[in-house]
Order: sequence, then structure tokens, then C-alpha cells
Amino acid sequence: MKAIGTAAVTAQVVLVVAGAPLLAGTMRQVRARMEGRAGPGVVQPWRDLRKLLRKEAITPIGTGPAFRVAPLLLVATTAVVAALVPLASTVTPVSGSADLILVVALLALGTVALALAGLDTGTAFGGMGASREMTVAALVEPTILLAVFALSIPTGSTNLSAIVSGGIHDPVRLASPAGLLATAALAVAVLAETGRLPVDNPSTHLELTMVHEAMVLEYAGPDLALVELGAQMRLAVLLGLLASLSAPWGIATTASPAALALALVLLTAKVALLGSALAAAEVFWAKLRLFRVPELLAGSFLLALLAVTASYFLTGE
Amino acid sequence: MKGAETAAVLAVGLAGAGALSGALLPRRARVIAVGLCTAGLGGAGLTAGLMASGGGRWSAHLPGLLPMAGVYLAVDALSGLFMAVAGAVVLAVAVYGIGYAGGDHARGVASRGVQAALPLFALTLVLVPAAASVSTFLLLWEAMALTSLLLVLADQRDRASVREAGVWYAVMTHLGLVLLLAGMALFAACAGGETFTALRAGASGMSPAARGTVFVLVAAAFASKAGMVPLHPWLPRAHPEAPSNVSALMSAAMVNLGAYGIVRVAFDLLGGAPRWGWLLVLAAGALSAVYGILQAAMASDLKRLLAYSTSENLGLVLIGVGAAGLFASSGYPVPAALALAAALLHVANHAVFKALLFCAAGSVVRATGLRDLDRMGGLRARMPATAGFFTVAALGAIALPPGNGFLSEWLLLQSLINGLTVPGISTAIVLPLAVAVIALSAGLAAAVFVKALGVGFFARPRSAEAAAATESPPGMLIGMGLLAVGCTGLALVPGMLGDGLSRAVAVAGLGSGPTLSGDGFELRLDRLAASMSPLWVAAALTAGLLAAAALIRITARRGRRANVKLWDCGGGAPTARMSYTATSFAEPLQRVFDDVLAPEQDVNVTPLRESAYLVERVRFQSRIPDRIEHRVYRPVLAAVTGLGQSARRLATGSVHLYLGYGFFGLVAVLLALAVGW
Repeated sequence: MKAIGTAAVTAQVVLVVAGAPLLAGTMRQVRARMEGRAGPGVVQPWRDLRKLLRKEAITPIGTGPAFRVAPLLLVATTAVVAALVPLASTVTPVSGSADLILVVALLALGTVALALAGLDTGTAFGGMGASREMTVAALVEPTILLAVFALSIPTGSTNLSAIVSGGIHDPVRLASPAGLLATAALAVAVLAETGRLPVDNPSTHLELTMVHEAMVLEYAGPDLALVELGAQMRLAVLLGLLASLSAPWGIATTASPAALALALVLLTAKVALLGSALAAAEVFWAKLRLFRVPELLAGSFLLALLAVTASYFLTGE
Repeated sequence: MKGAETAAVLAVGLAGAGALSGALLPRRARVIAVGLCTAGLGGAGLTAGLMASGGGRWSAHLPGLLPMAGVYLAVDALSGLFMAVAGAVVLAVAVYGIGYAGGDHARGVASRGVQAALPLFALTLVLVPAAASVSTFLLLWEAMALTSLLLVLADQRDRASVREAGVWYAVMTHLGLVLLLAGMALFAACAGGETFTALRAGASGMSPAARGTVFVLVAAAFASKAGMVPLHPWLPRAHPEAPSNVSALMSAAMVNLGAYGIVRVAFDLLGGAPRWGWLLVLAAGALSAVYGILQAAMASDLKRLLAYSTSENLGLVLIGVGAAGLFASSGYPVPAALALAAALLHVANHAVFKALLFCAAGSVVRATGLRDLDRMGGLRARMPATAGFFTVAALGAIALPPGNGFLSEWLLLQSLINGLTVPGISTAIVLPLAVAVIALSAGLAAAVFVKALGVGFFARPRSAEAAAATESPPGMLIGMGLLAVGCTGLALVPGMLGDGLSRAVAVAGLGSGPTLSGDGFELRLDRLAASMSPLWVAAALTAGLLAAAALIRITARRGRRANVKLWDCGGGAPTARMSYTATSFAEPLQRVFDDVLAPEQDVNVTPLRESAYLVERVRFQSRIPDRIEHRVYRPVLAAVTGLGQSARRLATGSVHLYLGYGFFGLVAVLLALAVGW
């Protein structure tokens, strides 16, 4: 029992670490094909990471411990989240601690670490990126926690395993107005948290539009590899979380090896599908102006608020 | 309970000794003697508080000490918690104060008056929660206000802004006292006795109107002490202008007593309050949380930023208190107990990290003479210990794991989410909004402390003062170290506080069983299926960090890191003037919240005399005034001044007129008596 739970956690973390660059590669490939380009192939991000990891580590003069620790912390927080979230199994040794608020807070910790690193460089770009990233992060927070609130109402708990297994046993709640609204709000929040279009353009290198890229401009070599890996892992974990919450079918609720294997395959498929859909949508989207982003986030906040009130008034009779 | 009595006597004795040595000894000896006495006093308070928090009760009646009424003191688990928090803060800050007041620059804070007032202020902080009658409480409350006022004014010879802050503080704290006096006097009159025991017994017989009036008066007074919007303008003035050790005591221990007062009077003495009253408390808390942190996000004065953050954190505490009252008044003690426990835990967490933040800010001010974040920078390399302590405290303040603030906010969110089981439209509307408010303030707090740490301590110095900074003396570092240990302890093993919190909640009349429990490693909510193990989270994060570091080590071709010039998109190492300042960091948030903040901007273009098209000088000024102060207080102040001016016409100096006033006054009183009775 316990061994399979531990295996599930390990498998989740390994799958996220190994699969995140492949997810990024798939998304770029989808995008390239839709734009009529050949594309570099799905494994290109892994080749990039290998190249960067072999380069010399560099400390820009004038930076301090915050700059050096931030990439490590970004990867570490995302790995802990990958272990906590029931991506493949709800019966793991850590499922008792898999609190949705804790997951949100850990991801925010990674953001804060990177923003501090951006300020630590003392360049105008670093400060600009940090300032923008913290602004967006601050405004996303109410949406995320209200969506958490809405999702936790049917179960009466913010424990992720309880929410996911509740969704498996009672699929009606996923298609309820509250469930759909909360998922939609969470989806917008995920776009903002991972710095995708229309909030931030991950492939931009134009100074005035950069958010995430501006913070990490000074990173090179292995540090840059970790930053890229961390960002890719974040996307993979958050898409996985979204998949677990909105379409939890296939996630193992018992400790059997066969169920776990099936769950891992399904997880890969679900995340790949979500990622491809996002990449396809991004072809048609333009980046919003920075000061229009709050409007988008206010819209998603409204969705989350509606989700909470809907779940109260529609089920709380 | 013998131990608590000894501790209390010891605390009073040490305060007296400290005050005497502060007034009489020469400077160097004075600072050390006062620091040691105050630290001992804090230790005694901590001990007494922990004993009471552990379940001991102690009460005393000293009839000879105060004419007519005598002094009543009583300690239970609720007052014990606040005494322990105040005692711990006093202990650490007193040690810090020895170093802080010892330097040559600290003329104001090392003066006789200030050093004599410091132990007395510390004593009132520890003793206010122990007061058990209206007169004792009011006496200690006023003593606290007066001694803190003296301390705020320590540097009044150096800066005019200190005097202004002192006036604001004196007026607002005494308006609060008037409200408190009226409320408590009404309560005592209705209940037929002034000891807390008599109040408790008499409260059930009061009419709803009287209960409502008492609640509103007392809650407004306590809310103003806690710095709640819109009664807050004294706080962002007095806390920054006071010497930093005093700011730490005020922000970490004194404002807590506002929350204590509401819990004690409304829950314990009144035995509950009307639903609308609790909604008011909740609304005030929510408003303060968002407004406070938004102003902090705009502030570029480090201590002003911290003061506004105090307003925010006490707002979060009052959200918990208000929610607890709301649930209790609907007859749901379980979520109520949880919300109150969350509020009390946040009081403890906030006290420790805010004391540390103010102490670290004091170190910076002492080393650089700067409070303006825009001119700091690069302090990490020059004051590594201070920067480290500030980081620990800021991690607590941003409410992210593994900081200590995360746990209390998590608990608060849990209580609100589970509070939705309480029926009623008001909870269905209020609770989601409260969750959103907590989330927004947590998100903004992250931005605020990233700004304070990243702009103030990281990167390169932006002024000569910051470049010349040196690390603080050992006394200050030891004091900050004690607080950092407190932060870490609360962050990693909060389960230790579980029993004390459960007992304090039981004193407030909510839930008799355990609300929280924990074996040190885990915090469990006994009636809900929720638990949190901060130690394991920290361990997992550390393991992740080590794994990532190992990955780099293994794959790297070359072991050494190379130091190179900053790239900056090919621009090379930028000068300090090119880097982001606190003001520029806050600019996006300022634009987003433009309608709320109403920033004022002035551009003055002075052309050359020869031609209007050639510019000699452009002056740009941007200010973000406290809008509530501008819109609410300024008109009232102007109206009062106007009234005062026009009242001068009543007193022209003519003796005949004054005799006439006397005559008509007498006639009016006689007429009123004749007609009325």
C-alpha cells in the first residue's frame, strides 16, 4: 500500500520533471505547424537544457545570494507541488497535506524568489520585470483563492485529494454551474501564473513587453537551465492540476499498480491535450497591454465570485 | 498560582527600578540599566503569560493602591496569551534597545525622560491584559497612551514632523479614550458594578439598545488603537517618527491590545454582540487590510511602509474576530472558535515578525540615516546580518510557506471557508468577499515586501549614505536574533501553541473542547478534516533545493562560478541611478488602483527669460496622500478651526458681556429646573 503511494509520488515528480520540457516542445511544435513552419521538434527544449547545463556557471558582479538561490527555489517549489497535487493518485503518503491553499502559496513563493532575483541584479530590466510580475501575481491571488473556495464547498475541505476523489465519485458536481465557473476562473489564473498569452508572451524579447523574461535576463548557463525548467514545470503542474480538477477520470483512487500506470498514461494525454489546445489558441491571441491585464483578471475574479455564490445558492438549500 | 504572582511583582519592581535608573544614572549606565530592567520585565511578563496560557489562573485585589476602587488584576488564558506576546516582544526589543540607544547619534532616545518612560510603557503593555476592573483597565490604558506619547516625542528636537505626529497621536488616542470611558462607564452603570466579574454577571440583564451602544463605543475605541481605517491616521505618523525600538513595541505589542479589548469586552464580558456589530467589525477589518496594504505598496518610506502593514495585519485579525462573532451569534461555535483561534495566532505571528521588521529598519536608519527606500540599496553586502533578519521577518509577513504568517492566514481562510456552513444570506455574501480581501492583501503584501527587501537591501547602493553603511553593534543583533528565533519557532512548530489558543478561545466563551491541537510537527483542526505540517513542508522544500543544487553540480563541466560584468542587454553595468527604485516598482500598482489612491502630480516648467520655448528647469512632484485623511479629517479639522475662530467673537474682553453670560446662564438653568422638574 505505502510502497505504491510512494511510487505514485515519485512517478508524479519524475513525470513532471522529465515531461515538462517535452510539453513545452509539443506546444512550440503545434504552434509552429499552425503558423506554417516546420518547427524544431518536440525534444528541442531538452537539447537546450542539456546545452545550458554544460555551460559555465556565471555570477554577475553585484548580485548576491538571492540571485543564486532563486532558480533552485523555483524548481524546488514546483517539484514539491508536483509531489503534493494528486496528478496520478489520490492515495499517497502526502495526500493528507495536499492542501490547495498550500499549493497556491508554494507557487507564489517561486514567483517571489524570482522577483527578488530580478531586483537583485540592479538593472532596470530586472526591476521592471519584478514590478510587473508582482503586480500581476497580487491581482491573480483573489481569483485563485475564490476558485479554491468554490471548489472546496461541495467537499467541505480544501484538501486536494478529497476534492479530486469527490469529483470522481460524483461527476455531476464537475458539470454544475459552480464547477464550470470555478474551472474557467482558474484557467485564466493559470494563464497569468504561467506567463502565457494573453498576459505575457513567453517568446518575446522586446524590452517593453517583457514580464517574466525581463526578470531572468541576467541568468546564463546552468542557472538559466533551472529557470527554464522551473517555468516549464510550473506550466505542466498547473495544467495537470487543472486537468485533475476539471476532468479527474482515470486518477487512481486505490493503491494498485495497474490503476497507477493507467493514471500516468491518462495524465500525460490530458496535459498534452490541454497544452496543445492552449498553443493552438495562442496562435489566434494577441498579448494584452499590461494595463489591460487587470481587466482580464477582474473578469476572472467575477467568475470565481459567481462560482462561490452559485454553489451556495444552488446547493445550499 | 504562586509563580504568576511572583512574576507580576517582579515585573512591577523591575519597571520601577528601570524608571529610576533611567531618570538618575549617567548616560552609558542608564541605557544598559534600563535595557536590562526592561528585558527582565519582559521575561517576567512572558513567564506569567505562559503560565496563564498553560491553564493557571490568578487574581488579586489591592484595595490600597487606588483610592475608592482599588486595583483588580486577574489573569486567565486569554490575557495570558497577550501578556506572553507582549512580554516576549519587550524582552527582545529591550535587548535591542541597549545597542540602539548606546550609539553617539541616539541623543533623543538615550535622554533621561525617554529612558525613564520606556520601562513604564513596557510594564503597561504587559499589565493591560491583566486588568480586571473598569477603573484599573482605564488607568493602565491611559498610562500606556501617555508613556508611549512621551516615547514618540523622543526626537522632537530634531524633526518638526515628530511634533506633528505627536499631536495627531495625542489627540486621536484621547478621543479613543473618551469613547472607551463612555462605553465602559455605561456598561458599568447598566451592569451595576465595575469589576469584570460584576460586568459578566450583569451583562445578561442589559437591554439590547444598551448592549449595542456599549459595543459600538468600545469597539470604536479599540479599533482606533488597532489602527483600523478610518481611525488610523495617527498610526502611519506616530510609528515611523518614534525611535525604532519604540516603533517595534508600539506596532508589535500596543496595537494588539486593541484586538484584545474587543475580544475581552465583546465576547467575555458582554457575552456576545449583535450580528450587525460583528459585520461592522468584519467590514472595518477588511477595509483596513486592503487600504493598509495598498498604502504600504505606495510608501517609499521604509518605516511608514511597515506602519501601514501593521494596519493591514490588525485588519486581518479583526476579520477573524468579526467572523468569529458572526458565527457565534448564529449559534455555530465550532467555526467561531476556529476563526478566533486564527485571529489570536495571527496576533502572535504579527507581533514577532513586525517587531523584527521594525528593529531591522531601525538598524538601517541607524547605519544610514535614511528611511527613504529610493536612496537605499546594496545593504545586503554591508549589513548582512540585518538583511538576513529582515528576510526572515519579511517571509513571515508575506504569508507564504515556510514563513510564520502563512499558518495564521491559512487558518483564517480555513475558518472562513468552513464558515459557509452557517446559514444566512449575509454569510453567503460576506465570506467570499472576506476571502477575496485576504487573498488580495496577501498578494499585495508579497509585492510590498519584495519591494522593501529587493529595493532596500539588494542591488547596489543609490546614495553615499547607503554605500557607507556598517553593521549594527552586537546588542542590536542579539535582540533581532531572539526575534528571528521566535519567527522560526512559530513558523515550524506552531502546534505548541495549540493548547494555549484553545484555552484562550474557551475563555472567550466559544467551544470548550480543543479547537486546535498539534504535536509540534503538525497543526490539526480537530473538528474539521484539515491539517498542516509546516515542518514537513520546510523539509520538502530543503530537499528540493538540495536536489536542484546537486543536479547543477553533477552536470556542470566546470566547478567554479565565474564573476563577470552585468550583461543588461549589452548595456554593461548600469549606474545606480538607472536601477529601479521603490517608487518605480510601485508604479504599475499605482496605475491599477488609480481611482482608490488618487495620486497627485505636479509638473512645473520654468522657461528661460529670453524665450518661452527654451526650458530652464522642469520640476516633477508626485505624492500619494492618505486619501481618507484628506477627505475625512481635513474638512473636520477645518470646520473645528473655523468654529474656534468664530467662537472668539463670544469673548471680546468686555466684562459686561461676561457678567451677562453668567446671568443668562443662571436664569436658563433655573428655568430648566423649574419647568423640567
